[in-house]
Amino acid sequence: MRQTPIHDRHKALGGRMIEFGGWSMPVQYTDIVREHQAVRTAAGLFDVSHMGELRVSGTGTLEALQRVVSNDLSKARIGQAVYSPMCAEDGGTVDDLLLYRLGEDDWLLVVNASNTEADLAWLRSCVGDRVAVVDRSAETALLAIQGPAAEKILQPFTETDLSKIRPFRFVSHVLLHGICPSGHFQCAALVSRTGYTGEDGFEIYLDPERAVNLWDALLAAGQAHGLLPCGLGARDTLRLEAALPLYGHELSRQINPLEAGLDRFVKLEKSAFIGRQALLDYQALPASRQRRLIGLELIDRGIARSGCPVQFGGQPVGHVTSGGPSPTLQKNIALALVSADAATPGTPSEKPEFIAVVRDRPLQARAVPLPFYQRPRNTAVTGQPAT
Amino acid sequence: METRPNLLYTKDHEWLLVESDQATIGITDHAQNALGAIVFVELPRVGAVLKTGDTLGVAESVKAASDIYTPVSGTVIAVNEALNDTPEAINDSPYENWIARMELSAPDQLNDLMDEDAYRNFCESEAI
Repeated sequence: MRQTPIHDRHKALGGRMIEFGGWSMPVQYTDIVREHQAVRTAAGLFDVSHMGELRVSGTGTLEALQRVVSNDLSKARIGQAVYSPMCAEDGGTVDDLLLYRLGEDDWLLVVNASNTEADLAWLRSCVGDRVAVVDRSAETALLAIQGPAAEKILQPFTETDLSKIRPFRFVSHVLLHGICPSGHFQCAALVSRTGYTGEDGFEIYLDPERAVNLWDALLAAGQAHGLLPCGLGARDTLRLEAALPLYGHELSRQINPLEAGLDRFVKLEKSAFIGRQALLDYQALPASRQRRLIGLELIDRGIARSGCPVQFGGQPVGHVTSGGPSPTLQKNIALALVSADAATPGTPSEKPEFIAVVRDRPLQARAVPLPFYQRPRNTAVTGQPAT
Repeated sequence: METRPNLLYTKDHEWLLVESDQATIGITDHAQNALGAIVFVELPRVGAVLKTGDTLGVAESVKAASDIYTPVSGTVIAVNEALNDTPEAINDSPYENWIARMELSAPDQLNDLMDEDAYRNFCESEAI
């Protein structure tokens, strides 16, 4: 198994380690619910260095990437990050990723850990004859600090005014410096106002040699603000409440981005991109032959997890893609991919109409609007994700 | 890792308190620690007739559902309904918060189970 630069710290902090995408990663340090609540009320620190970073650059990069992702990159400014699915010819999803515009023809693509090698090969096969695609993952560590106190905790480490970084914007060379157990440290990092939790926060891309220093320093500085180290367990419960897709569950080669509710990141009016025709054909299908992702709240006692069959009106209509307890809502929730004529987007029903079958037992559930949780917006940091 | 002297134990980290032909069953401190915070317990039906190795119930943590197996054959005569409201009680006191009580149909099966010392040795050897 591969290890991130923070591996020793995870073990020292009591992290329960599991294998994820070929990496040894912490699921939790203390308790998943406690870590989850820290992110919602104060802040959490995540080591996500297992993610893949691919640098794509050279003349023609924008045009090349436009043909490979479904979102429109043309309006993205230098210093802006764009979220997009990346599709295969049949419209199925190869991955979902963030694309950071570093320069005119210089982009950093951040991809799921389990798909890094496949995405590298895919991109090279699509654009590799025209532009350079370089795997920078081994030279890039990534820490995420997420929660309402994230900015307050991170600000003392830099002269860069973090309040000026809006959501889905970044600064490429932020000089971070501070004190860690080994003494004074400094490093240059790319700091973006992005995340996977539904809270305000930052993702910090930096030299692996400095990652441990920053990790130590942030934990020490954040302690007074309630910062906790958080593992993959809380990362999953947080993103589930925010209804953010997890590749392999809500997105896959068998699930296209329209089915996953990512319509606003699929610009079918854009000129040709891989999968565009298949997605246009899909859109033209009758509702009975389409699927949609919906949110469910369990009414009967029980937890509906990934793979559970879902019924509507006594008929099987699909399956749960992700499910579990919601610490914030104190209910059991689930995302489910169901026949589009059973999905009632935008019109949540008060009556339980769905059944999730858990260990052969039918549990009543009601459809609820997504996301399950949305953070209260304050005036300090506003703005919709760039599309 | 806590254990109690008056109980019998299984390799699946269940404990049994035996009183004449009845056994009260729960999961050990080792098991509750491995599971993490328990958020849901599925109890067996009172009256269920089970054989050794059948699923007695399910303890769910945030991440996963874990089956609890019955180490003995018999009939479920009582279940701990309190766990429906406070499943996490098992984490706090795994030996006080039992899961089900069974009327044993084959008490000789108890001879196959471990006492406290044997269980502690077993856990130690598993940890290596």
